[in-house]
Amino acid sequence: MPAVEPGSPAWRPRRRQAAGALVLVLLTSITLVMLFPFLWMIVTSLTPNGQATSPEFRLWPADPTLENYVEAFTGYPLLTWIRNSVVISVLGALLSVTVSLMAGYAFAKFRFRGRTTFFLAYLLTIMVPIQVTLVPTFLVAVNLGLVNSIWGVILPGAAEATGVFIARQFMMSIPDELMEAARLDGAGEIRTFCRIVLPLSGPLVAVLAVLAVTARWNEFLWPFVILQGDDVLTLPVGLASLQGGDLFSTPWGTILAITTIAVLPVLIVFLVFQRQFVQGIAGTGSK
Amino acid sequence: MPEERTRPGPGQRARRVPLRRQIVPYAFLLPSGILFLLFGLIPIGAALVFSTLSGSVTIDPDFVGVGNYARLVSDPLFWEALRNTGVFTLGTVPVAMAGGLFLAVLLNRPLPGRAVFRTLLFAPMVASGVGVAVIMSWIFNGDYGVVNNALSAAGASRVPWLTSTTWAMPTVVLAVLWSRVGFCMVLYLAALQNIPESLREAAQLDGAGPWRRFRSVTWPLLAPTTFFLLIVNVVFSLQVFDLLFVLTGGGPGFATTVLIQFVYRAAFAQGNMGYASAAGVVLALILVLFTLLRFRASRKTEDVA
Repeated sequence: MPAVEPGSPAWRPRRRQAAGALVLVLLTSITLVMLFPFLWMIVTSLTPNGQATSPEFRLWPADPTLENYVEAFTGYPLLTWIRNSVVISVLGALLSVTVSLMAGYAFAKFRFRGRTTFFLAYLLTIMVPIQVTLVPTFLVAVNLGLVNSIWGVILPGAAEATGVFIARQFMMSIPDELMEAARLDGAGEIRTFCRIVLPLSGPLVAVLAVLAVTARWNEFLWPFVILQGDDVLTLPVGLASLQGGDLFSTPWGTILAITTIAVLPVLIVFLVFQRQFVQGIAGTGSK
Repeated sequence: MPEERTRPGPGQRARRVPLRRQIVPYAFLLPSGILFLLFGLIPIGAALVFSTLSGSVTIDPDFVGVGNYARLVSDPLFWEALRNTGVFTLGTVPVAMAGGLFLAVLLNRPLPGRAVFRTLLFAPMVASGVGVAVIMSWIFNGDYGVVNNALSAAGASRVPWLTSTTWAMPTVVLAVLWSRVGFCMVLYLAALQNIPESLREAAQLDGAGPWRRFRSVTWPLLAPTTFFLLIVNVVFSLQVFDLLFVLTGGGPGFATTVLIQFVYRAAFAQGNMGYASAAGVVLALILVLFTLLRFRASRKTEDVA
C-alpha cells in the first residue's frame, strides 16, 4: 500500500473512513453496555435458581430452564396481576385518548368564554406532580368509592393534562376550512369531529395511545396507594411488594422472571411503534 | 384564529354564533373537565388547605396555620431530604445531558444502522421504574451481583453498592442515568438534524476544525434544546419515586431519602397528612419554579425553530 501523506487529497477520505469505523465501534460498545441490564434480566430468568446466585459468571445459562416462569405463575397471583394490568392499560388508554382528543379539539378549534382560564388551570396541574396531591386525591377516591377498584387507577390517570396538550398542539394544524366545509354540507358537530377531524388525526391517536398504554402499564405510586388487596394489584405493584416483603424468601430467578414479564410487553410495544414513540417524545419535547 | 365568524344560516343574523354552537366547545371539554376537576384541581386546593391542618386531617383536625411549615424548617430529616434531592438532581441531570449530547453527535452522521442504535439506546426509557429498580438491585447486589462478581474475578474488592451510605446514592444515580441518557439523546438528535448542514460547511470552508465547528456553530444552535432538557430533567429528577422506593427504600439510614420519599413517609407511614401536605407544597413550589422556566424555554425553542 503506498503511503498517504497527511494533507494530500487521498488523506481526507481515508481519515474520515477511519473515524467512521471508530464511531461505529464506540457506539456498538455503548449500546451493548446499555442493553446489558435487559440481557442480564432475561439470562437470570432462564437460569436455574441455585445457579443464579453462584459466583461464577456466565453470559448464558449452562442449562437454560423455564422453571422460574413456572414458579412465577404457580407460586404468585401473577395471572391476576397481568389481567389487572392489561385491563387497566387498555381501558385507561381508551378513556384518556378519547377524553384528550375531545378536550384538545375544543382548545384548538373553538373560541369560547373562559378558554384561557381553563387552559391555565390545566397548565397548573402539569406543574404540580402527583406526589404532592397524593393525599387529597386519595381522599377524593375514598369518597367516590374507588379504593381497590380498577377505576380508581383509570379515572385519575385519564385526568392527566399532558394528553390534552399533545392533542391541542396537533389539532391546531388541521385547517379550519375542512370543518367549515363539513358544516356547510349540513354535518352536525359530532359528525364533523368523527368524519373529518379524527381521520386526519391518525398519528396523533397513535402517539396518545402508546404514551397512555405505557404510562398505565408502568405506573406505580398511585396504584400502590389505591389498590390494597392481592387480587386487584397491577404488575409493578405486585412486583414491588415481592421486592419489599419477601426479598429474601423469593429466589432471584423467579423475581427476574416476573420482571421480564412486566418489562417485555412494553419493550415490544415500543419496538413496534418506536417511530411514533420517538417522534412523539421529540415532538412534544420541542414544542 | 377567528372561529367565531361562522356563516349566517337561514333565519339567523350574521356574525352571531348560534346558541347551539356556543355550547359545542364546552360539550367537548366536559368529560376531560369533570375528571380534571375531581382529580386535578380539587386535590391541589385541598393540599394547600391540608398543609395548615394538624395530624391525619380527616379525624378532628386543628388549624395550625404555618405550624407545619415551621416544623419542617426545624426537622433535620427534612433538610437531609432536601440535600439528598439536590445531590440526586446534580448527579443525574448534567451527566444525562452530556451523555445524551455525546451520543447524539456520534449518531448525527451517515452511519450504518443509525435507526437501530437510536431505538436500542432509547429502549431503557420505556421500562417501568419498578422494573429498572429490580434489575439494578440484582446487578448491583452485594452478594450475587454480576458487578461484584466481575470485580472479584478481576482481583478487586467487592463494593456494598446499595447497602452502604457512601455508595447507595451513586448507585441510584447510575440506575437513573441508564434510563435517562437515551431520552436526552433523542431530543438532541432531533435538534441536530434541524441544523442546516450548509452552516457547518461554511465554517469548514473558513478553516474551522471539528471542535471549533461544534463550539461556534452547533452548540449555540442547540441552546434552546439544552435549556429545555435542563428544566425537564430537573423536574423528572425531583419526581423520581418508584425507582428509589424499590431500590433502596430511601436507605440505608436516610442516605437516599429525597423530598418525595419524605412526603410519602409522612403521609402513609406516619399518618401525618397535614405535615406531608406541607412538605408536598414546598416540593410543588420548587417544581412550579422550574416548570415556569420550562414554559419560557418552549417559547424560546419556537422562536429559533
